[in-house]
Amino acid sequence: MESRRNPRAVVDPKVRQVGFFTSSQPDSTQQQQPDPIASVSSPPVSTISPSGNSLSPVMIPPPRHNSSDTFPLRGAAAAAASAVSPSSFSYSSRRDFPDGSMTASPGRVSRGSFVKSYVPVASSLPGVGIDSMAAAKSSSVPATGLTTVSVVNMPPGLSEEVQSDQKNNSKSLKEKTTKAERRALQEAQRAAKAAAKAEGGGKVPPVTLGSVAGTSVKAAKTAKPTSQKNDVVVAAGPSEKKGGPSEKDRKKDAPHPRMQYDDESRVVKAKRRAVVKQTEAKNRVELFRHLPQYEHGTQLPDLETKFFQLDPMHPAVYKVGLQYLSGDIAGGNARCIAMLQAFQEVVKDYSTPPEKTLNRDMTAKISSYVSFLIECRPLSVSMGNAIRFVKNRIAKLPITLSESEAKAALQSDIETFINEKIIVADNVIVKHAVTKIRDGDVLLTYGSPTAVEMVLLRAHELRKKFRVLVVDSRPKLEGQLLLRRLIKRGINCTYTHINAISYIMHEVTKVFLGASSVLSNGTVYSRVGTACVAMVANAFRVPVLVCCEAYKFHERVQLDSICSNELGDPNAISKVRGREDINYLDGLTNNTNLQFLNLMYDATPSDYISMIITDYGMVPPTSVPVIVREYQKEHVLV
Amino acid sequence: MLRSSASFILDKHLNNKPISITHSIDSPPPPSTSMADENSNPNPNPNPISAYYQTRAAHHGIVTSGWLEQAQAAVRRYPDHDYSSSPDSRRPFSVIEEFNNWRQQPDLAEAVAAIRALAAVIRASEATTMMELEIELKKASDTLKAWDTTSISLTAGCDLFMRYVTRTSALEFEDFNSAKSRVLERAEKFGEISCKARRMIAMLSQDFIFDGCTILVHGFSRVVFEILKTAAQNKKLFRVLCTEGRPDKTGVMLANELAKLDVPVKLLIDSAVAYSMDEVDMVFVGADGVVESGGIINMMGTYQIALVAHGMNKPVYVAAESYKFARLYPLDQKDLEPALRPIDFDVPVLPKVDVERSARDYTPPQYLTLLFTDLGVLTPSVVSDELIQLYL
Repeated sequence: MESRRNPRAVVDPKVRQVGFFTSSQPDSTQQQQPDPIASVSSPPVSTISPSGNSLSPVMIPPPRHNSSDTFPLRGAAAAAASAVSPSSFSYSSRRDFPDGSMTASPGRVSRGSFVKSYVPVASSLPGVGIDSMAAAKSSSVPATGLTTVSVVNMPPGLSEEVQSDQKNNSKSLKEKTTKAERRALQEAQRAAKAAAKAEGGGKVPPVTLGSVAGTSVKAAKTAKPTSQKNDVVVAAGPSEKKGGPSEKDRKKDAPHPRMQYDDESRVVKAKRRAVVKQTEAKNRVELFRHLPQYEHGTQLPDLETKFFQLDPMHPAVYKVGLQYLSGDIAGGNARCIAMLQAFQEVVKDYSTPPEKTLNRDMTAKISSYVSFLIECRPLSVSMGNAIRFVKNRIAKLPITLSESEAKAALQSDIETFINEKIIVADNVIVKHAVTKIRDGDVLLTYGSPTAVEMVLLRAHELRKKFRVLVVDSRPKLEGQLLLRRLIKRGINCTYTHINAISYIMHEVTKVFLGASSVLSNGTVYSRVGTACVAMVANAFRVPVLVCCEAYKFHERVQLDSICSNELGDPNAISKVRGREDINYLDGLTNNTNLQFLNLMYDATPSDYISMIITDYGMVPPTSVPVIVREYQKEHVLV
Repeated sequence: MLRSSASFILDKHLNNKPISITHSIDSPPPPSTSMADENSNPNPNPNPISAYYQTRAAHHGIVTSGWLEQAQAAVRRYPDHDYSSSPDSRRPFSVIEEFNNWRQQPDLAEAVAAIRALAAVIRASEATTMMELEIELKKASDTLKAWDTTSISLTAGCDLFMRYVTRTSALEFEDFNSAKSRVLERAEKFGEISCKARRMIAMLSQDFIFDGCTILVHGFSRVVFEILKTAAQNKKLFRVLCTEGRPDKTGVMLANELAKLDVPVKLLIDSAVAYSMDEVDMVFVGADGVVESGGIINMMGTYQIALVAHGMNKPVYVAAESYKFARLYPLDQKDLEPALRPIDFDVPVLPKVDVERSARDYTPPQYLTLLFTDLGVLTPSVVSDELIQLYL
């Protein structure tokens, strides 16, 4: 991997040079354009950046505090920039453009302001210690109240300067004769043109995502060895190269779904090519270092601004990604359906580029979208299976089909998948599960599993007399949503937190649980806390029924919840929203002796599961491999 | 013959010949009309004694006085039920009739009789399309299943037959007649397999019976008896402990049968299982039904024997034909359709006293060691695999 990437970094400048000289000429004729763009783009700055607590996307702390190589230089560059003059300010903001350079301007402007925003920090320290400082700052953002990146946090004078600087940056740039600045200007014009085209055509121009990601990689790479001045030139360069690395490259670069995040070199690499610049949490629990952990909510505004930048990203995919990121779409089925529907849109709007075959190009495209979605939030097993299905279908499309036929076939395939594997499957599960509910039952459920909710509602429709115990846990409190819906239908409910589980378990007759996935050793991988509920139920000899669609089954075997999991926002457990009086940990979030572990999932051993209810009927956990086998056979054959 | 099929008794009732059942203890034969009515009805019997139990009791020739009284009472309670005008009787071919014919064969299990009867349905069918045939078959199997809803093996056997016969690529024939003959062939084959199942299980289990071992058996299972008989014929030296098998005393019958084969046998009361588990090397039980979890539904008492054996680390072997595999998944004992039976306590029981009359219980798979089936020797978890493969 390393050996392949290194030469590319060396080769790149050449390509960039070529691009620079050839494409710069025609663009320079449209010198008037930047102004309107700049004025158009200024509103997003004011609306977006204060809205969320975003942090500089440039500021990615390394996985561990001591292991950064890119950072000091960038920080130093910024520091140096701050030491110069207002004009060089805009200069330094330009330097960062390549991260999203072929783009409409909103992202760019905010990006510029990002850089400036942490200039004070950078300048306050000599270049060496910046890394840890910056990292510390990044993790402490919410605590210190530096929730917005924006102008607000800058020294007032400075920020105004910046604003004005941006307003008339084209003029100031014109006065300058530096090569880099001219280049930057052309850059802006080209972006404006692209944006206009995108808006007018309504269709996404087939510029690859790879180019964007790739350029940022290169920018970071080349930034390292050079001095500040050089850095500007070099970093600005790669963006010139249009449609450079294709989706294929991006696909190769895409982080492995189960990447080990404690492998420093890989993380650094993945970081560089990431579209979503997530801020990593600092104090991570030793055992879970291999999992990605990010400060939540920090990257959303940044991504929103990037909406117009990521030309190759289909808007539907982008939207879904953002929804994953913000947590608007949660729950295995909802996420999977949203993703599949986005893919349907993608297929609908797809047109095969010349000299390419649909089968291959589409697969590459889907892969690039998937890697984007992974950056937003790690994939669930269900999504992984759905993606495998889609890719399989694409690969199996007969060559003889015309493009429109192939597209129609794909769309209907995806539709069928959604219907059969999720919607109908749920109905079948409900049909089976309802037979297990008898009059007088006390059913316990944990969290807010959709399948279980459907079961309960159906049982209620059938006028079965039962009581529901909804067990919930901090910080998500999803059970309350379920509770709300159940009560609305007139089901007799009790609500409690998981702390009381051993107390209430004795009155329970059956436990119904949902699952994120079921692994082939019968392990149920589900919302954290499920294992606890299942174990207590087992100790009380209460049967535990897991409702899970068969498309969530996976042939993987997992013995614990450590090696594969998802880490949530540590802040979610460190503080209670709206309860200032019990937020004892305020100000301690940065303490190196304090680590937060907010796990999202856990693995319930099959011993504690009495039955798994799937669309193939009610099976013991020992039969999961059989279903996986049959299910995959079906996938391959059909 | 002691293990004469239930149908003998039932048919004799049908013929209005009051018979004296040799093993019934000084009980008068039931009024034949009531019995005939009860047993010829194609609908689930509404009386509290399940058809399952009637069949079982008839199979073992044990009709207690309590049961007879209950049966008569039940008939008196529903005097207006006239089952003779069932839709089946109007048709020239009745699957129930066929079923009863088959059941007259001694040693033929209920499910196998059902399978044979269904094969006969195909043979007698005048359908001209595959679909028609399938519908007809479905109807017949539903009738059979309705005849006794509590019998797991009957239901499972019918279901499996339907699967085995109709789910085949042979149906892709363009010619109906060849397709039909193919289906018939499959049906016959399935019947053959089912018929030979018991023999096959007996062969498979021989490796597990070693010289000098002590085997605990519960109730009277024809498969288990076949196993023990084969072992005795193979000159294995072993000892058998038979539980009494209250209330129908099936264990006593088994003990007698084994004694005839010169197998050393000892009779225990049902409550002495834990007491004698020490000297036991393995437990053999039959099964009424094998459910999806790999657990079994069997005569009452199996569960506690399995628990005791599990507690003392003794292997529990289940002998069951594969047509007893049912797509059921009971979560606990109460999660079953109870098959009620009368219990003859020797002392009078006041009506205020509630009596647990369920005839069978569910043994979860974790207490079972192996299942001997005609598909091979399986661990409990494989049952579900087989079922998934059969049904999906």
